[in-house]
Amino acid sequence: MNFVLSISTTVNLKENESAKSKSTTVDTKELNKFSNLCQNWWNPNGEMGPLHTMNPLRIQFIKDGLKNVGFVENSPNYPFKGLMLLDVGCGGGILSEPLARIGANVTGLDASKELVAIANEHKKLDESISSNLSYVNKSVEEFSEETTEKYDVVVASEILEHVIDQSLFLKSCVKLLKPKGSIFITTINKNLISYLAGIIGAEYILQVLPIGTHDWNKFISPEDTRRLLNECNCNTRLIHGLLYNPMTYQWSWTPLKSINYALHAVKNECL
Amino acid sequence: MNYLHISINVIVMAAIYTKYSLPNNTLSFITKAYKNTIFFGPNHIVRNIFNQKTNNEAFDIIVVGGGMVGTTLACALANNKCLQSKKILLLEAGNKQKYVSNDQYSNRVVALNKYSKLLLSNIGAWKHIQSHRFTPIVKMQIWDAYSDAMLTFNDDYLSQALAYIVENDLLLHAVHTQLSKKKSVTIINNAKVEHINLSNNIGIDSNILLKSGENFKAKLLIGADGQMSKVRDAMGVKYVDWDYDQMGIVATVKLCETIENVAWQRFLPNGTIALLPLTNSLCSLVWCITTEEAKRLLQISEEEFIDNLNDAFLKVYPKDELVKCGMQAFKKLFENFQLPSAVSRQLQPSIAGIVDGSRAAFPLGFGHALHYVQPGVALVGDAAHRVNPLAGQGVNLGFGDVTVLVEVLAKAVNNGALIGDTTYLHNYESIRLKYNIPTMLTIDALHRLYKTTASPIILARSLGLQLTNIVKPLKNFLIKHAAGTENI
Repeated sequence: MNFVLSISTTVNLKENESAKSKSTTVDTKELNKFSNLCQNWWNPNGEMGPLHTMNPLRIQFIKDGLKNVGFVENSPNYPFKGLMLLDVGCGGGILSEPLARIGANVTGLDASKELVAIANEHKKLDESISSNLSYVNKSVEEFSEETTEKYDVVVASEILEHVIDQSLFLKSCVKLLKPKGSIFITTINKNLISYLAGIIGAEYILQVLPIGTHDWNKFISPEDTRRLLNECNCNTRLIHGLLYNPMTYQWSWTPLKSINYALHAVKNECL
Repeated sequence: MNYLHISINVIVMAAIYTKYSLPNNTLSFITKAYKNTIFFGPNHIVRNIFNQKTNNEAFDIIVVGGGMVGTTLACALANNKCLQSKKILLLEAGNKQKYVSNDQYSNRVVALNKYSKLLLSNIGAWKHIQSHRFTPIVKMQIWDAYSDAMLTFNDDYLSQALAYIVENDLLLHAVHTQLSKKKSVTIINNAKVEHINLSNNIGIDSNILLKSGENFKAKLLIGADGQMSKVRDAMGVKYVDWDYDQMGIVATVKLCETIENVAWQRFLPNGTIALLPLTNSLCSLVWCITTEEAKRLLQISEEEFIDNLNDAFLKVYPKDELVKCGMQAFKKLFENFQLPSAVSRQLQPSIAGIVDGSRAAFPLGFGHALHYVQPGVALVGDAAHRVNPLAGQGVNLGFGDVTVLVEVLAKAVNNGALIGDTTYLHNYESIRLKYNIPTMLTIDALHRLYKTTASPIILARSLGLQLTNIVKPLKNFLIKHAAGTENI
């Protein structure tokens, strides 16, 4: 675990002077990389294609996870009605929008100003989500300074492998979660297979992702994620493998957790 | 089982090499071998050339085409719990049809498989059909004109009905009765499409302009507008089609004797002829024959037509020596293995007359769109695929599309996706392609197989008929496929 701790931040230099001396989870290089991709964020055939096709599975995963901890869906049209939900690292809002459309009160959080602008722009296309979806341009640690125990659900999908201080990142996420609330994470394992499939295969050979999308050093094994969550008073309920088929552009569930995996953990009531 | 494989290969090869030399891969087969017949849909999608009318009413889903498939789709969409809040518009080009219950049977009937029946039951339309009239087929007999080969399904009457014969207008009436109870559906009759403007972007509405000047917006546009689909033209997808130079003659015929719930099909030198039961003494005729012959059969007097008809069912054709030898050898072979080779043959009925004015004909052809979906638009039924009525599969394929599309859209809405999201629409496409293409190619291959009189091919098809009768698993597979068990 070669975390780089206490790096002074360079995020949004002008706006966030106050955050300068604090530790951060935001990696400026990553931030610029994804901000540059913002024009193509909502093109299902573009670089973000795999994120679009991942939606059916990750939404089902959240639904099933919530059912497992006793959440009852009341309406077939708005199964998430009444849920306070935080989407950490929401990007252009690919996952935030459908979550809002099924009734949740969604806050999308992203450190990139450009991506939040894209997300806000795209949100205007659907009036039905104008009242229960809002975006905040902050890093999770900044956001958790002013807000605590507000959300029933925190989703951190495909973001954990892009932050610097994964421990601080998860701590901040959990801080925002109500006791007994659920945190859902999807990310990439750290091993030889995930290096070959996730970087060599996906970026260099098949080119389904732009070169440089992922940094293997930041990948994290399910065991480490689980340990870090344990340290923040969360019990892991389920870890499930995900597999992307580059021929059909579809994701499917797999018992193998060697590349992508999804994780559901629940915050304990008290320490 | 090796013999089985070889014989099946022979059938398939014979089918394939009859007219065209085709590679085995279905898609490349379509694109390569039929290159000259590929119809490139017009790419002249005009963008907003028409004057925007003020009545730009917005709907979630617009179904273009109010035939059996389109109407059922509108009803099934409105019937779904997840989709019941969606605003739906059904556009029908024709006048509003008033159904009059008539003692006389209509000459246009469909043979529904059990999944189509299930769909109609689910939307509540089947009970209206049931309270009026339908006929279950419990037994089917298929035989060849040039040899003794024959095939019977459900000879022992043990399994459930193979299909259900329902008149087109009754089916449509039953679905409309249900549809009238759905408040979320608006129906517009005499709606002739002037222009379609697809957005091709998820989240941005498509526009449809009618000849009347009315203009509508839709998040999802569904083309159920038949083989000449305007929606498909607007999509600009490649459409592979060919004509068989054949026509299907339909009529309601009276039988001399009473026969209960048996369907008959005979393969003739120049086509196929089938009788589908309506009552004990009435049958619906589907006679596929060369266009030239069909035109003659439409002209001649009723008596002459009935003579021709009985001839088609009863005429003994000279059995080819080669075919005969092959069949005997084959029979011996199976006797050695002690498999049952004889089947009881029920004598086909003879025809006494036809119901006045029920004689009609329609051209036969094959067509298939290479894609069924694009962002915010989907094709169902004949707009996506058109088959020969040889196995009565056309409307069943359409109803299969409806079932899957409704499921996929409900899932999309339940997962918070926009209704035109391609992630989900592609799911519909891939599920249906996997079922439709093999079914259509089998029907096409059968059609080609039975258009020929060359000995080796007759031998092959005779062996094929005989084999399927003897080998239970193979027969069960055929019966299941025809009944649509592998539908979903």
